[in-house]
Amino acid sequence: MNRRRYLALKIEPTQEVNESDLENAFLGSVSRLFGEYGVSKAGLVLLSHDPVKNCAVLRCTSASLDMVKASLASITNVGSKPAAVHILGVSGTLKSLRGKFLYH
Amino acid sequence: MKKFYDLHLSVPLDNSDLTEKMIRKAKTLGYAGLGVSFSPSVLGETLSRLRQLCKYVDIDLVTRVDLEPNSSKELLLQLRRCRRRFELISIACWHKPVARQAAKDRRVDLIYFSSLDFRRRFFDSAEAELSANALAALEIDMSPLLLTTSYERIRLLSYLRREVALAKKFSIPVILSSGVSSEFFMRGPRDLAALAYLFDVPSDVAFKYLSENPLKIVTRNRTKLSSTYIAPGLRVIRTGENCVE
Repeated sequence: MNRRRYLALKIEPTQEVNESDLENAFLGSVSRLFGEYGVSKAGLVLLSHDPVKNCAVLRCTSASLDMVKASLASITNVGSKPAAVHILGVSGTLKSLRGKFLYH
Repeated sequence: MKKFYDLHLSVPLDNSDLTEKMIRKAKTLGYAGLGVSFSPSVLGETLSRLRQLCKYVDIDLVTRVDLEPNSSKELLLQLRRCRRRFELISIACWHKPVARQAAKDRRVDLIYFSSLDFRRRFFDSAEAELSANALAALEIDMSPLLLTTSYERIRLLSYLRREVALAKKFSIPVILSSGVSSEFFMRGPRDLAALAYLFDVPSDVAFKYLSENPLKIVTRNRTKLSSTYIAPGLRVIRTGENCVE
């Protein structure tokens, strides 16, 4: 069984970004570095995005965690606007991720 | 807890607001220390102003000079001038004779190579062997990985993979640093470690490249620059009348 990992992210945009741009940026970055095969293995799902706090929760498979982390760190644009993505933390459950990284 | 150091940050020294912003951001991102690049002719006033700012932000400032000599003779001259003034000496190896001289000179702390001109990446086994017998560490700037795309990034990753493997083979310390001059491209230590996965560096090793290795170099140089240091293993512990017990 392929385990899941949840990533808490801090988006650092210069302007406001919308959810679909963010999702495209994540997929595009993994695709550029690891190709379509990599994207298919990563199982990326954007679970939530808070545009006020600029935080997001992303789900991926545990086998592709390193790939996803490298791809997220290499993002420099979200929807043609300059932006950076910082990983706040990784967890095995959504509950512990929210407790540890998002409600502080 | 690990102390992370980013030993290569170019702050705009003429813009104090932006400088403060970048230093504060480095602290927020989780760095305990910061190596700021200065030109060899930097004024003492600028240095002390930055030192004060870093003390206020509670981040360790490491003074660094980037030398870009055109010949090995010029390198030796610049090393003589700068070694006692800066805590970190970094050499941009744009020419092969400079790269070879820098690798064998014990006054050199870091060597780095052109990120985009691949013909000028002289880190081969001969260079690695020379570095192994001296103290120079290989510095890898991560900013080109963010700034390049497609074919350039592919080539860069392939070179970095080969160079890191060579450094490991010859037990040469590797340093990962951001090498950025803009606040926007600054990344935290965990992000840089994640990027190192792209050239086959596991995260625990990448953390070593970001904390242990830089700290070792900084500590070694601070000991050498202190007034009590005489030679390796020899330092002044007491002076004055109470020397004899």
